[in-house]
Amino acid sequence: MEFFIITAIKAGLVAFVLLTLAAYLVWIERKVLAHIQLRIGPYRVGPHGLLQPLADLIKLVTKEGVMPAEVNKFYYLLAPFLAVALALVSISVIPFGRQIEVFGYKTYMELADVNIGLLLILAISAVSVYGIALGGWASNNKYSLLGALRSSAQMISYELPMSIALVSPLLMANTLSLREIAEAQAGFYFSVIPKWYIFQAPAPQFIAFLIFLIAAFAETNRIPFDLPEAENELVAGFHTEYSSMGFAAFFTAEYVNMVTISALATHLFLGGWNPPVVEPVAGFIPTLIFFGAAFFLFFHGRQSVATRTWDRFTFPVFGGVFLGVGAVFQVPMLKEALGPLFWFGAKTGFILFLYIWVRGTLPRFRFDQLMSFAWKFLFPASLVQLLVTGLVVALKE
Amino acid sequence: MDAILFLLFAAIAVACGINLVVQTHPISSAISLIGVMGALAVLYLLLGAEFMAAAQMIVYAGAIMVLFVFVIMLLNAGAEKKRNTATFAKIFGVPALVGFLGLVSFLIQKEMLPRTDHVKFGGFVDKDGKALGTAEAVGNALFTQYLLPFEVTSILILIAILGAVVLARKEI
Repeated sequence: MEFFIITAIKAGLVAFVLLTLAAYLVWIERKVLAHIQLRIGPYRVGPHGLLQPLADLIKLVTKEGVMPAEVNKFYYLLAPFLAVALALVSISVIPFGRQIEVFGYKTYMELADVNIGLLLILAISAVSVYGIALGGWASNNKYSLLGALRSSAQMISYELPMSIALVSPLLMANTLSLREIAEAQAGFYFSVIPKWYIFQAPAPQFIAFLIFLIAAFAETNRIPFDLPEAENELVAGFHTEYSSMGFAAFFTAEYVNMVTISALATHLFLGGWNPPVVEPVAGFIPTLIFFGAAFFLFFHGRQSVATRTWDRFTFPVFGGVFLGVGAVFQVPMLKEALGPLFWFGAKTGFILFLYIWVRGTLPRFRFDQLMSFAWKFLFPASLVQLLVTGLVVALKE
Repeated sequence: MDAILFLLFAAIAVACGINLVVQTHPISSAISLIGVMGALAVLYLLLGAEFMAAAQMIVYAGAIMVLFVFVIMLLNAGAEKKRNTATFAKIFGVPALVGFLGLVSFLIQKEMLPRTDHVKFGGFVDKDGKALGTAEAVGNALFTQYLLPFEVTSILILIAILGAVVLARKEI
């Protein structure tokens, strides 16, 4: 019984954090993208547009859900549900940190530690294409159908290089459990270079990371591989006919998938929650970063521009919050739980930032380029990479 | 708990299987087939064969069925028209089904079916109690005991890939 209660609490917590994160990821994306394009982005709702996700949510919930006349009703309604449910399931096997103790109860910071963790994520990502494919097909719209077809073809093609690329860290860690993979990457070479798989013997792991990242962009339908929803060719692709919550479900699924796959990349190649510098120094870095941000905000709050009067209040308030957060990282009891969480979050956040950065930088591929890139370059490259890694691992033993 | 889950997912598998035959639209049939495969994966999991469950999801429910759905969508196949059932099926259909079910229940009662004592929930282990369903155990078996069938199968698949490439080249 205890197990069920603990799991229910953890599941609720993870789902809440994940969905909030997905909503704020949209805000961060709009902000970063705006600054890349020399705009300021969302600014009106709340200080610096911080309440924009809430406003978007209210707008989406209260809008009328239009169901076109000739759709296949059952699959039209099933598709967004399928997409968001499968996206949320796969986060359940991703650990966020080491074992922690809450009120004397020891628990791992993850929902389930199954010894086929990675295979489970692959299985769910293999099935999650149905949400998009069915949604596009059931809409009974040529653009939607084209988007769905593109999406299925793209996801099948890019799943191959992705699966092959993630085999090499498995070969080196000799396990399928993500927690053990992360723990296997602890330690340093000459106490400088961390033993993450991306830095490990010799270059091929970096190549594997690149292949994984490229395939991950395609799997989550992001620019430069967002052909299924290419807006200047297909209106909005597979979700053209969806409005209100149906659209919101597809949107959430995309962002949750991004978070999941970034977390996976962090565990497989970037050392999970292991800090990038040796331990006594690593413990102070989160505090330093938050304190730095706080002083930056205090400084700017004092000399804010006349047109941005709000900054006089919001900047010092956020500065105070950051000071508090930075201080929390030095509390001895919380340090062990928060440290790994910080590093894991920082690395995942970096990959998520990379997603946005690439979106602001690269144009979209053409569909035939996308396919020939997957089959003629990425797939052979991943095979060669796997061969080399296998050889190195075999020679080591 | 195991028994409840087994009954639930076995029922889902059977229901999806029946739905697969009854549905007239190819997409509905394909989705039902995915349902059958997903339910089977859960049954594998209940038996303790985790790797098989994951492979079932990745290969069958994922890759193969995505191709099925893809082709059905690409051809834009509509719903089948209901035709009059064949006279043979009309006359012999129900009696044959009753007879078959009767035969099965007779065999079960007389315990003449293959014995199922060694099939247990989560009990897919060898004599020493070592789990046989993990990825490690399956890999070990594939590369030691069943190396020849494994290699022969891979060559067969290679031939199939080459055949597909040759067939596709003619079109271009």
